Amino acid sequence: MHELSVCQAMLAQVEAIAKREQASRVERIVVRIGPLSGVVPELLRQAFTIARAGSVAAEAELDTELQQVRIRCRQCGAECAASSNRMICCECGDFRTQLISGDELLLASVELIRE
Amino acid sequence: MCTVCGCGEGETKIEGHEHDHNHHHHHDGHGEHGHTHDYGQGPAHAHAPGLSQSRMVQIEQDILSKNNQYAGANRRYFEQLGILALNLVSSPGSGKTTLLTRTISDLMANYAISVIEGDQQTANDAQRIRATGANALQINTGKGCHLDGHMVGHALETLKPEQGSLLFIENVGNLVCPAAFDLGEAHKVAILSVTEGEDKPVKYPDMFHAADLMLLNKIDLLPHLDFDVERCIDYAQRINPRIKVLQVSATTGEGMEAWYQWIVASRQMALAGNPAVPA
Repeated sequence: MHELSVCQAMLAQVEAIAKREQASRVERIVVRIGPLSGVVPELLRQAFTIARAGSVAAEAELDTELQQVRIRCRQCGAECAASSNRMICCECGDFRTQLISGDELLLASVELIRE
Repeated sequence: MCTVCGCGEGETKIEGHEHDHNHHHHHDGHGEHGHTHDYGQGPAHAHAPGLSQSRMVQIEQDILSKNNQYAGANRRYFEQLGILALNLVSSPGSGKTTLLTRTISDLMANYAISVIEGDQQTANDAQRIRATGANALQINTGKGCHLDGHMVGHALETLKPEQGSLLFIENVGNLVCPAAFDLGEAHKVAILSVTEGEDKPVKYPDMFHAADLMLLNKIDLLPHLDFDVERCIDYAQRINPRIKVLQVSATTGEGMEAWYQWIVASRQMALAGNPAVPA
């Protein structure tokens, strides 16, 4: 539901970058989404088709790169991949783990066209 | 005109803040540190007229960085004034407002309390809070599904919470979207009522991961329900090993004392290093 406001925030950043780089349009936007970021890639892509209208990215493609949840065990020190609703150490099974990555929501790169 | 940013918020309506808010937002994107890499091999690289040039700009910037800047400004404001701000999140119908009215009634003899109420429509909840005697401000988000740092910043201009006070921010009833938006609070508190499923933490992991405290509400109803408390707590800890869980009933008052102790302890933490405000 909030994917549209996320899209608008992203496009505001993209507009600023395109202006700074004197680009005439944006070809591609790459975002990196962690499973714990609260954003669903599919919904973000849908929202993007609405949000991009009239912007410098009106014809741009949106690539969503889903990141992995990774945790570090506070007990045994192991690092492993986990699912977002089961953050348990893959080595010793302890639940006292620390999130290393998986909650990010990043604008990774934009491909700009200058004509 | 808004003093924070001079810009509008679309459909959002903040009580006592009703000016023309229809113009669009334009913020300067700062904070990004781009590195550009020319991709224009071949003819386009030579800036030939009529040919387009494409290049990739690497950014690695948080998409919600604008929200995070507003949230950061709110957080500094709370720190300066020694205000403990709590962001209460839950599904609709978890009993947030009832829990809040009881909490205010029980704590207002000792602390100044103010409340920001977030709902899509109506000022009903702010009226319920004001009936307790606390200072409350309603934000209607319209079609919006969450409060953001910007709205809260504006609400603070009107609400003007006192130095050393408690500020409760009751977010829009929604276990999904508010997880992503920092408001500048000290803690997110997730409220889950036992009339909901015990597996909510694993169904909505983002929210339970972001919360520091889970209040398991309506425990007076447990005898009538098939709700496994231990299992629910286990689920919550799988998502978030740091999460503290308290079992409460806002109706009977059971367990509320532990919640108040948690608030008082959190307030002392918030006040640590702030000699201007008596603890």
